[in-house]
Amino acid sequence: MTITKTRRDVLGNSALRPDGAAKVRGDFSFTSDLNAENMLWGATLRSPHAHARIISIDYSEAWKITGVETIITADDVPGLPTYGLISQDQPVFARDIVRYMGEPIAAVAADHPETCRRALAAIKVEYELLPVLSEPEDAISGTVPAIHPDGNLIRHQRIVAGDVSATGPIVVEGTYDIGMQDQAFLGTEAALGFPDHDGHGVEVHVATQWLHEDQKQMAACLGLPENRVRLVLGGVGGAFGAREDISLQVHTALLALRTKRPVKMQYGREESFFGHVHRHPAKVWMRHHADQNGKLIKIEARFVFDGGAYASTSSAVLINGVTHTQGPYVCHNAIVDGYAVRTNNPPCGAMRGFGVVQACFAHEGQMDKIAAAAGIDPVTVRLINAMKTGDTLITGQTVESVAPVERLIRETNEIPLPAPLPDVVDELHLPGGSGITSERKHIRRGIGWGVSIKNIMYSEGFDDYSTARCTLKDGAVTLKFATSEVGQGFVTLAPQIARSVLGVDDVVCDTIDTNIGSAGSTSASRQTWMSGGAVDGACRLVRERLFEHVGAKYGVDPIRLIIDDTDIVDTVGTLRVSVHEATQGVTISEEFEHHHRPTEDLDENGQGNCHVAFAFVAHRAVVDVDPELGLVKVVQIATTQDVGKALNPLSVLGQIEGGIAQGLGLAVMEEIIVENGRVRNPSFTDYLLPTALDAPVVVARLVEEPDPQAPLGAKGVGEPPCISVTPAIVAAIRDAIGKDIPRCPVRPQDICL
Amino acid sequence: MPVLLPTSLSEATQMLSDTPGATLLAGGTDLMVEVNFNHRKPNDVIALRHVPELSQWSLNKVAGTVFIGSAVPYKHMESGELAQLVPALAQAARTVGSPQIRAAGSIGGNLGTCSPAGDSLPVLSALDAIVHLASVNTTRDVPVSDFMVGPKRNSREQNEIILGVTLPIRNGRQGYAKVGVRNAMVISVASACFALQDGSPRIALGSVGPTVLRCPHAEQFLSQNLAADGSVSDDVAKEFGRLVSQESKPIDDHRSTAVYRRHAVGVLAQRLVQRGVQS
Repeated sequence: MTITKTRRDVLGNSALRPDGAAKVRGDFSFTSDLNAENMLWGATLRSPHAHARIISIDYSEAWKITGVETIITADDVPGLPTYGLISQDQPVFARDIVRYMGEPIAAVAADHPETCRRALAAIKVEYELLPVLSEPEDAISGTVPAIHPDGNLIRHQRIVAGDVSATGPIVVEGTYDIGMQDQAFLGTEAALGFPDHDGHGVEVHVATQWLHEDQKQMAACLGLPENRVRLVLGGVGGAFGAREDISLQVHTALLALRTKRPVKMQYGREESFFGHVHRHPAKVWMRHHADQNGKLIKIEARFVFDGGAYASTSSAVLINGVTHTQGPYVCHNAIVDGYAVRTNNPPCGAMRGFGVVQACFAHEGQMDKIAAAAGIDPVTVRLINAMKTGDTLITGQTVESVAPVERLIRETNEIPLPAPLPDVVDELHLPGGSGITSERKHIRRGIGWGVSIKNIMYSEGFDDYSTARCTLKDGAVTLKFATSEVGQGFVTLAPQIARSVLGVDDVVCDTIDTNIGSAGSTSASRQTWMSGGAVDGACRLVRERLFEHVGAKYGVDPIRLIIDDTDIVDTVGTLRVSVHEATQGVTISEEFEHHHRPTEDLDENGQGNCHVAFAFVAHRAVVDVDPELGLVKVVQIATTQDVGKALNPLSVLGQIEGGIAQGLGLAVMEEIIVENGRVRNPSFTDYLLPTALDAPVVVARLVEEPDPQAPLGAKGVGEPPCISVTPAIVAAIRDAIGKDIPRCPVRPQDICL
Repeated sequence: MPVLLPTSLSEATQMLSDTPGATLLAGGTDLMVEVNFNHRKPNDVIALRHVPELSQWSLNKVAGTVFIGSAVPYKHMESGELAQLVPALAQAARTVGSPQIRAAGSIGGNLGTCSPAGDSLPVLSALDAIVHLASVNTTRDVPVSDFMVGPKRNSREQNEIILGVTLPIRNGRQGYAKVGVRNAMVISVASACFALQDGSPRIALGSVGPTVLRCPHAEQFLSQNLAADGSVSDDVAKEFGRLVSQESKPIDDHRSTAVYRRHAVGVLAQRLVQRGVQS
């Protein structure tokens, strides 16, 4: 991929992030860097138990500590006692029962973090331990008591498509386990809340993915009208889904309102592991039926997603999982059952890939089994089954998106393989890395494939619109939107859009806050499409009025005017005037809401047009494995991604490389280890993320076939890179050692014992 | 919390004598983590960075030994002259944390903390290092095997500062290997140091017992089965690995399983015995 840089940072150019240099220098202000005069610190008391009844809470000793300003519990929540993205089943503070290790019970505000820590230590909570529901199958079976008034089954969805009795000469089966991954953003949860002077409102600066959803849930819990809860986006250090749910927002606001002082809350790394939802661990059984050539005939599948103690987005994750059972392949017959269940394990919700990661790990394992049974290679089996635009999914939905699956596979296959390991090699780059555990002779190389389809935008009838305002004044543009910038680069892209549409160079992004309509969440690979569409729409409205203004001034029909670079040009006549000159003394401001086309709910047989659009990607992994020690080095990832249009190629490449690193983490090391509801490794010492020495060479190609539905032709690119790279890496490990490994992450003992 | 800053060893030992129970701080890569997690709340701290005796290393050519001060950072062992003198220590030093950790962390910390996962400890054990301890007006030398008495326990007295260690410079092949679940910056799941020193084979293991372990049976087997030139046949290496596995005492925890650790340490031993820098 070539990155070109030209003079103007318009669409299609690799404009640099406006905050990039500051972030590299350490100058960027993240939410955790915020401070205020007279500020207090807040901290949360959390349950050490996965399931227990709270007998009593005694905070008399904590009150005696000098510097403690307030202590709040469930009794101090003035509004709705619970919150949640889809169903409001999660308490702001546990009242009678704690349902997972780390559940909040109380919060304190004090003059110093150390005072907070001592206050928390002084609060005495008496618990009666309850049996821990840790096994998802127990939650489905109904044989154990409900751990929540809403029951242990969060959602069940079946899909029945075509002829469910169909079969074929090839039948392959597998049960796949996907471990609990953490989003592991580097900037832990943080917020700074300011009470209004009249005590009836609050302003909270917070690192979040969706300001307006936070506002709605916070207002309900605070018992305030939404306009008395104003949110401002603080500097966000990564999100990946973990900032979609409420964490410290309500606590911070409550403490600020109670103390009438600014209050800052900030989680440390350990608390962060307990403070946000994780990727659902899942068990996926699939049985594929194919003809003797390896062409799919029918898929049977059963998904079990462990949602943990509270619902979060589990029901939507489930739908994503089951509706992506077939992967990017044509198959007309299917019977699928999916369950999202409640347990006393950590709550799970959104993470990059959102249910599709789990489905893809299973269907890609199955495709390789079909290839083996049919005597064809992993590329061929995927090519002969590849989905095209116009094909029908097992939900009955027609894929109207550009679906260049065959091209993605072919182009990835054309990327040269890395050179074979030389006889003499730097041990640092062998499996085991700096541990120098192996020599050249111990290493076997393997190649594996993964291809995926991912829905983008929200599904099942949800109207996740986005709003933007464009103001053009004296040759400069100010853009206003509530789109959370979590690192994905919308603050880079939005000015590119304005420059392209309006021919300006000077573009400012206004403060990102709730003083405009919702932008929807920065998730589901949706902001380029949705907020990009909103900014584009607002800029186009401004341009119409600009042309009207110029047309009137120069006596030209506005319909003849276009923007050419930074000029307004009469396509018929001779008028050419710079936008800068034409807008002196003029202010034009327009707001635009972008809505995607409506979607539908699924019926009881899982039929319905539930998704908006789809994006595709292919990955080929080359790995070196030390079979005796079970250690892995991912050598190269070749990938071709369906991006519609690369509006900022450098930014796209960033998403691809980052997503691959995250998918690699799930493939070989990242897992929250939970034993009977207890998290064993809530630290970066023991929850391992890939280092530079673990990161592979990435060779990326883009397929640019603009999607006619997308406002700018561009599909979201955030999630696909991390989805099929995980099964590709695991397939490559299987290929290297000739052993079936049905789980990820792959642990050394899975390889060598 | 008072922090004392001695500028000589005698000043440091005097301060330690005057403030019983004071916490010693060198690179801080263990201590500060404990403090940050509130696992430790030191009352008095004696910071040793300005004590020159602790930050030096020296070669005794006559004795064939090298002294390494307890505060010499790992980065000085990774390459250069020290790495030539004790290559296994260089390999162990390279596996410690990140470049930032290696710029600060030192052997004194591994000895002071005495975790079985301390990366340099198998090297000290395999080479029968002598640990030098200093208190007011006296010093004491302890074999490293006597110094490490249990998990996170050592035989340092409260009034003693770890001055450093003395190691033999290599006169046979030696090597170190460490298994972790990623390729850098990881706590050891199993590690091993093999050294052929004065013609006798030694193997020490990390993370597979309550403290760093030597394997006397495996060592004895190997000393009886070394070829005249010191080389080791494939069969002997394999049996050596098997014996090492047998002598390991690993446990299950969230980082790995006992079964894997036992297996891995045997593989490392088998490989190390045939590898290493030739003398």
